[in-house]
Amino acid sequence: MAMEQILELLQDEAKLSANQLAVMLGETEENVRKAIARYEREGVINGYHALINWERTETQKATALIELRVSPQKDTGFDEIAGRVMNFPEVESVYLMSGGYDLAVTVAGRTMQDIAMFVSKRLATIDGVLSTATHFVLTKYKDGGVIFNSDYEEIDERGSNLCD
Amino acid sequence: MIDYDKLMNSTAKRIKPSGIRKFFDIAHEMEDVISLSVGEPDFHTPWHIREAGIASLEKGRTRYTPNRGFMQLRTEIARFLARHYGVEYEPESQVLVTVGGSEAIDLCVRSLVNPGEEVLIPEPSFVCYVPITQMAGGVPVIIETGPENGFKLTAEQLEAKITDRTKLLILPYPNNPTGAVMSREDLAEIAQVVERHNLLVLSDEIYAALTYTREGHVTFASLPGMWERTVVVNGFSKAHSMTGWRLGYAAGPKEIISLMTKLHQFAIMSAPTTSQYAAIEALKNGDEDIAYMRGQYDMRRRLIVDGLNNMGLKCFEPEGAFYVFPSVKSTGLTSMEFSEKLIYGKHVAVVPGDAFGASGEGFVRISYSYSIKHITEALNRMEAFLAEL
Repeated sequence: MAMEQILELLQDEAKLSANQLAVMLGETEENVRKAIARYEREGVINGYHALINWERTETQKATALIELRVSPQKDTGFDEIAGRVMNFPEVESVYLMSGGYDLAVTVAGRTMQDIAMFVSKRLATIDGVLSTATHFVLTKYKDGGVIFNSDYEEIDERGSNLCD
Repeated sequence: MIDYDKLMNSTAKRIKPSGIRKFFDIAHEMEDVISLSVGEPDFHTPWHIREAGIASLEKGRTRYTPNRGFMQLRTEIARFLARHYGVEYEPESQVLVTVGGSEAIDLCVRSLVNPGEEVLIPEPSFVCYVPITQMAGGVPVIIETGPENGFKLTAEQLEAKITDRTKLLILPYPNNPTGAVMSREDLAEIAQVVERHNLLVLSDEIYAALTYTREGHVTFASLPGMWERTVVVNGFSKAHSMTGWRLGYAAGPKEIISLMTKLHQFAIMSAPTTSQYAAIEALKNGDEDIAYMRGQYDMRRRLIVDGLNNMGLKCFEPEGAFYVFPSVKSTGLTSMEFSEKLIYGKHVAVVPGDAFGASGEGFVRISYSYSIKHITEALNRMEAFLAEL
């Protein structure tokens, strides 16, 4: 359906107005507004966040990816433990994985030490968590589809052909 | 001391340099310039196509190809033209692979035009037709198109310029810089005139894949009686985002293609081998890339046309290529003045319309071969610019 294109456009650029989206898709502004409202209501669109490169600010931030191996519960499988993990505000994302471990958890904190303490005190102690492995993020080259490190930013090399 | 000026070719010396250059030069020296001036896609060549080129290098396929291009590539070109535009060509004798569409244009003009014969060139258009005609000894005859007809060529305009020396009509649609597209109905009127006056036609369809009308692109060769009179030029630069690979092609009657091949083999030998391998992949598995990129360009096109119209720069709706050609007459400035003030004042680069022929005066060419974010920022700056004018 054509309206699903709204999602792809907003994923790239959340600041596009309903009017701009309507123009681009050849739809009425009202239809676009309605579709967005429905996506928000149905939990398809779950928020509009700024992509911030904290490394370029004064604020100290650390991020880690934690691999959790857990034993699935009889009736609820992985859901119950995932629920416990994701309730912590320090936890940014929780994914159920295939392969060598079960839950991939990203945790943000002020320092690496804060995160290490959080993992050992809060995550490792949850019933059913068999083991944790903490991998600290050293730098973010690219996040949310956007390249952060200017050394790798793409340069528009066009504009040297004088005919076309 | 050698007086080079006296020794060099006088026709070549008389050719006017491209008018696009100036704004590139200014833009290159400025920081935070938002450019809307380039004439090539912003998409990278799709990875599967690049990979086919790389794989050919790994296998050591680094030698010449046949003069006309690989048979497999010509076969795929013929299939592509049949599949998308409904015209049939024999790969053996009616297709020639060239170094970009530009080489095909040059070969075609040199193969058809005798000294003193006239070549009809609708303007505004691609800046190479006039110099190529002049170097071939032909006489460029300009047909000025205008906004009253959406920059399309009409039968009356064409008829008015025909003399007994007219040999060739160049049909540059979808058009750079105006974005104008000729529908089947529009082309049918042109075809009647072409038939009546026994003309030949060079149809430069390099932007064919980027046509946004419901009807889609109509190749001039598909009109009744026109196949025999037409050399179709197309290529990979715009359709597959392959500008730097320098690969295009011509398709037409065997007699003309063989003469073009003779000139091609003496000047060029054969088009780049790596590019030909990549192009085979592009034609075999690239239709989805084309559809995707066309969809993206189409959304940008709507956005930029709406933005320009809202800020009072009137533009008729471009239906092809990736350019809009708004009028700047409401500002009271010439194309050049407008473009200069805009780049110095707001650091936005566009190309003055008169770079594409005198009839482009009063317009500027704006490319939307840029990301939505880039276009939005440029529109904001242009709006501020007009408010301060």
